[in-house]
Amino acid sequence: MLPFTLEKVTSVQAAIAAASSGRRFIAGGTTLIDLMREEVDQPAHLVDINALPLSEIRIEGSDLVIGALARMTDIAAHAGVQRLHPLVAESLVEGASPQLRNMASIGGNLLQRVRCPYFRMHDAPCNKRSPNSGCAAIDGLNAGHAILGTSNHCAATHPSDVAVALVALDATMQVRGPRGERTFPVEELFRLPGDTPHLEHTLLPGELILAVRIPGGPDSRRARYLKVRDRASYEFALVSAAAALDVEDGVIRQARLAVGGVGTRPWRLRTVEKALIGKPLDRKIFETAARLALEGARPLSGNHYKLELLPRTIVRALEMAGEAA
Amino acid sequence: MTTNVIGTPLPRVDGRAKVTGAARYAADFNQGGQAYAVIVGATVGLGRVTGIETAPVEKMPGVVAVITHRNGPRLPYAPHKSYIDPATGERLHVLQDDQVHFYGQPVAIVVADTLDQAERAAAALHISYTAERPLVDLADPKARPVVPAAGKQPDARLPADTARGNADSALADAPVKVDEIYEIARENHNPMEPHATVAAWNGNRLTLWSKSQFVVNEQAEIAAVFGLPPENIQVICPFIGGAFGTSLRTWPHVTLAAVAARQVGRPVKLVLTRKQMFFMTGHRPRTLQRMALGATADGKLTSIVHEGTGETSRYEEFMEALTSVTSFLYSTPNVQTRYRLLPLDIGTPNHMRGPGEASGVFALECAVDELSYKLGIDPIELRRRNEPAIDEGENKPFSSRSLMKCHDLAAERFGWSRRLPEPRSMRDGRLLVGMGMASASYPAFHAPADARARLLADGTAEIEVAASDMGPGTYTSMTQVAAETLGLPVERVRLSLGRSDYPPAPSHGGSWTMASVGSAIRAACMAVQEEAAKRPQGGRPIEATASAQRDPDVAARFSMHSFGAVFAEVAVDPDVGTIRLRRAVGAYGIGRVVNPRLARSQCIGGMIGGMGMALMERTVLDPRDGRPVNAHMADYLLPVNLDIPQLEAHFVEEIDPHVNALGVKGLGEIALVGMAPAIANAVFHATGKRVRSLPIRIEDVLTV
Ligand SMILES: Cc1cc2nc3c(=O)[nH]c(=O)nc-3n(C[C@H](O)[C@H](O)[C@H](O)COP(=O)(O)OP(=O)(O)OC[C@H]3O[C@@H](n4cnc5c(N)ncnc54)[C@H](O)[C@@H]3O)c2cc1C
Ligand code: SF4
Repeated sequence: MLPFTLEKVTSVQAAIAAASSGRRFIAGGTTLIDLMREEVDQPAHLVDINALPLSEIRIEGSDLVIGALARMTDIAAHAGVQRLHPLVAESLVEGASPQLRNMASIGGNLLQRVRCPYFRMHDAPCNKRSPNSGCAAIDGLNAGHAILGTSNHCAATHPSDVAVALVALDATMQVRGPRGERTFPVEELFRLPGDTPHLEHTLLPGELILAVRIPGGPDSRRARYLKVRDRASYEFALVSAAAALDVEDGVIRQARLAVGGVGTRPWRLRTVEKALIGKPLDRKIFETAARLALEGARPLSGNHYKLELLPRTIVRALEMAGEAA
Repeated sequence: MTTNVIGTPLPRVDGRAKVTGAARYAADFNQGGQAYAVIVGATVGLGRVTGIETAPVEKMPGVVAVITHRNGPRLPYAPHKSYIDPATGERLHVLQDDQVHFYGQPVAIVVADTLDQAERAAAALHISYTAERPLVDLADPKARPVVPAAGKQPDARLPADTARGNADSALADAPVKVDEIYEIARENHNPMEPHATVAAWNGNRLTLWSKSQFVVNEQAEIAAVFGLPPENIQVICPFIGGAFGTSLRTWPHVTLAAVAARQVGRPVKLVLTRKQMFFMTGHRPRTLQRMALGATADGKLTSIVHEGTGETSRYEEFMEALTSVTSFLYSTPNVQTRYRLLPLDIGTPNHMRGPGEASGVFALECAVDELSYKLGIDPIELRRRNEPAIDEGENKPFSSRSLMKCHDLAAERFGWSRRLPEPRSMRDGRLLVGMGMASASYPAFHAPADARARLLADGTAEIEVAASDMGPGTYTSMTQVAAETLGLPVERVRLSLGRSDYPPAPSHGGSWTMASVGSAIRAACMAVQEEAAKRPQGGRPIEATASAQRDPDVAARFSMHSFGAVFAEVAVDPDVGTIRLRRAVGAYGIGRVVNPRLARSQCIGGMIGGMGMALMERTVLDPRDGRPVNAHMADYLLPVNLDIPQLEAHFVEEIDPHVNALGVKGLGEIALVGMAPAIANAVFHATGKRVRSLPIRIEDVLTV
């Protein structure tokens, strides 16, 4: 681990000022310290933002507002979250392990980095870690990698669970930087790898995530998250799906669907959603619609199974949401 | 006077020390003025080191030494082989030449004042190589099997080939057949405690506080490596945080710690990283097995052909008991076993809990299960029809064999009678439910051991033996043996383990510690009592050392094995293929149970290990350079709490007067055997899909 300095800040202003001069935020540290230990990430100066008043979890009308520093455990255990946005609670509980969730903040979660094993190996090429060095995964072992949104430069999946839920629910994020505050959809935080896989998100230098806002809707109380993996806990998704259905008289009025474990970013499936609207809750319909998720999918040598698992996961998640609806 | 403590559920005598942190593990033995060493591993999978730029690193803060094959000492490496080392080949001679045999092989060691400095320097050390593509895939057509040399000896413990009758022609003639290939992935032991050695020289004498399941062998080996008399080396390891076999051998890092300490003239501490434990300290070899069974229509086995191949390194022939149980588990006139090795560009594998048997029994017990479906006979009944009267391989009676008793007990506790025989016929809501079972077996080994007993004037006793306790509860169970033999309450017995200057014990593996060391402690306690009877009470401590070994005549007359039965229930999600173990029941015939609490805990641990083997564990090597890509606790899947359902372990009443004076057979290893095939058979019963490759994962059952 390289030596670094650590400075604590108590105001958002001070945090932004520090970050503008090249310092990096640290919240729970569960991702950052891990990567610093492995020297994959090498910040020389850290700003500890844990003292900032950004931990609040608030219900505003039917919206849920989560401060960037709220811990995964606290959000998932919050009665209002469980009632209004069970999908958010479910996706959080399915992530990581209890120890990690106790430390991990939602802001840090959205900015966690990929789990591609080569990303952590200094003796393997990786465009994300060192631009233009090549990609060890594309011709290597890639069973965990993405089939959607990949490029010839990188195919790592975005690992976050809760991000899938947030993207499905049209959540927005509030950020503040040296040039003021802005709000934009969480979905727009994530970049596709293209030929610059080292650039992962759209935050501007010095920008601090303040909060995430999740609009309530008729479907959000019954939305569900399904995470598929080989062990019951403490494993990233092979495939996951967040599904929200607004159903009236057995007919789907609105559908929102995003998937994880398959995309280079949390993957919203609008074509699948469209194919469901106006249709009855019927497994056959789900199956036909779920096939559309594979449009443009590019499997690698080791992850063909995701072509089969993705539609099945979607069907099952839609069934779960339908049962709740 | 007896206290009857054998057979009671005494809580761990070292439990308090462990949970309070008072128990000291190898890396806890920090020495004044110590330096820290970090191993630099090869980043190619096969080739030669062509350059090492030590100069810039030597100038880094805190760096004391950078040791490579160029500037390091030429070590004598006098011949040394214990039974724990492969019989054929030669251990890795570390930092003695420029050759790289496998990815991660130590090519340099960096020593610095602090661990951080040593890690920084190790990361900065630039090494160049010439590299070739290694061969690391057992299934690669370029890999050429060899007959293990030690298996060709006439009296080989693990014969390469065995035959009785004519298995091939009986198979060809059999009315009903199963003939399949079974595969098991490479696994790593992954104990909680990493390998660690603190080395300190005093002139020509060396003390090693080092994680070891076999301190007397570590002493002998390091003495041979450095060309010193064994009495110059002291190995100390009172506690082990799990090992599962990975610390049976003495791996190169121990030598490196000693080399570094001598070079820098200070004590040196060396702890392996989790990642290094994936290529430097052995693994369960990946295996491929052909298992062919022939049977009559009423389920009598007429032939078994078992051809097993395990991977090994290019420099040592690691052998395990892959095909051993096949000759005696069931009755059949015709058996042929063939054991081959595939030398690859990898580090040498080594024993991992249930070594050989766990893998071989997987193939046999899945094949028998397949046969039961072909015949339409209940799998327990099929085993009953083939229950042998004697060990037909050795042509000897069993000293005791409770296999069918185990099946009956486990079946009853499990509720096997509720199972519907048809695959894919049982459901719980949406989920497919499957029940499977398997037999288990492991030899009741014995090795000569010594122990010392000392009676003190205050009425307490001290027992010393160079055995180890890697977690099963050896401190506790041995205390019970001593207390009972001496007629003392357990609080008055103090047991000390894990020093090479104690009376020698065999390696702590192979489920022979209670049989061997327990018998030696019993003998020493009896000897010290005899001594005490000759002397007046009080005064000086009375001491006696005694040995125990198995009576060779009895050993020649009987075939000695533990047997067990394992039943498992799984639920498979028909949509997304997730497989969850819902419950499992094991029943074991292991002779006398010294401590039922510890025995149950051993069995449950073993069952969890077997579950890992069945559904999760797999070290994946990148074929381009042989690197393990999932050398990380987040990526190498082991069962976590949420995966572990209700597990039950039962023991059948079994009195075996032949195995040893204590009547114990050992159970650490057998507890893992049988679990993987029980689960694989349950997955088939649930889904109708036979998966013959472990671990069974979601992608294997997705399309049924
Ligand atoms: C072994 C392991 C398993 C895991 N499994 C899962 C899983 O199954 N599912 C899942 O979703 N996640 C999983 N995680 C990821 C875990 O959820 C994240 O590590 C965690 O959420 C990160 O939060 P943190 O507060 O610790 O972030 P930190 O490590 O403190 O920071 C992460 C990054 O975010 C930046 N950052 C933090 N806060 C802000 C802010 N307010 N504004 C701007 N930038 C900020 C930091 O500068 C840093 O770059 C796992 C992690 C580990 C280590
Ligand atoms: S997939 Fe992406 S993260 Fe993985 S090696 Fe390639 S570039 Fe690096």
